Amino acid sequence: MISLSHILILAGIIFSLGLVCLLVWRSNVIMLLVGIEIMLNAAMLVFVGGSYRWGAADGQIFALTIIAMTSAEVSLALAMVVYLHRRQQTVDVDDFHELSDQ
Amino acid sequence: MNLYQILFYLLAFVMVAATIFAITEKHPVHAIVYLVTSFFALAAIFYLLAAPLVAMFEVIIYAGAIMVLFMFVIMMLHPGSGKEALRPGLRHWLPAILFAAVILVSLTVTTKLHLAAASAAVTGLGVKELSIMLFTRYGTAVEIISMQLLFAVVGALYLGKRRKP
Repeated sequence: MISLSHILILAGIIFSLGLVCLLVWRSNVIMLLVGIEIMLNAAMLVFVGGSYRWGAADGQIFALTIIAMTSAEVSLALAMVVYLHRRQQTVDVDDFHELSDQ
Repeated sequence: MNLYQILFYLLAFVMVAATIFAITEKHPVHAIVYLVTSFFALAAIFYLLAAPLVAMFEVIIYAGAIMVLFMFVIMMLHPGSGKEALRPGLRHWLPAILFAAVILVSLTVTTKLHLAAASAAVTGLGVKELSIMLFTRYGTAVEIISMQLLFAVVGALYLGKRRKP
């Protein structure tokens, strides 16, 4: 039996790494999205760990919901990245500081 | 400390190390490959935590579909930076081989363990109970997710369309 606290510690480490990635990689919007993915995986680990600890199916269903939500989010966000790159020829977040390019 | 706990700590170490490599890597393609390693380790942890269905979906959707989508976009946005791609040396191969070996050995041992202990009434939920609960008690969530995926398709088509300047 793996103790719940160790699962939560691992999820915390992974979440903080994702947060660091989100904070560090402002020069590339794709790596920023990768940081969001890492944080969502940490959340899934917490849900599945709770489901394992209490033997209930709800946590696993929430994890499946998070997977479906993430796939929709990533497809939209990457379409947005392609659109922005087509407009300004860059993926640097700091360059997108104007609402309109007129 | 039994075998489950040793495997969990090994996989946790692989996952944390692969994630650290992913977020410190300069080249986005290498970062995505390290991230796939990390997600495989997470899938093995899910299997260890008696959630085989979530582990399968993690591999199929996360490591399979979403990461390939990232790869496509990176390839689209960085068309050949001019210099030739260098052949990776042993220094580049060593961490990847080490991670892959740890994950494969852990998965093999876990699967063997499960096969051996299958008669010992595992407390984990089966796929059948999970599916019944998903489509009865959480049926509304399935409907909402289907609507959300439809909206995502429409939005991605709208954003990806080439407009006349």
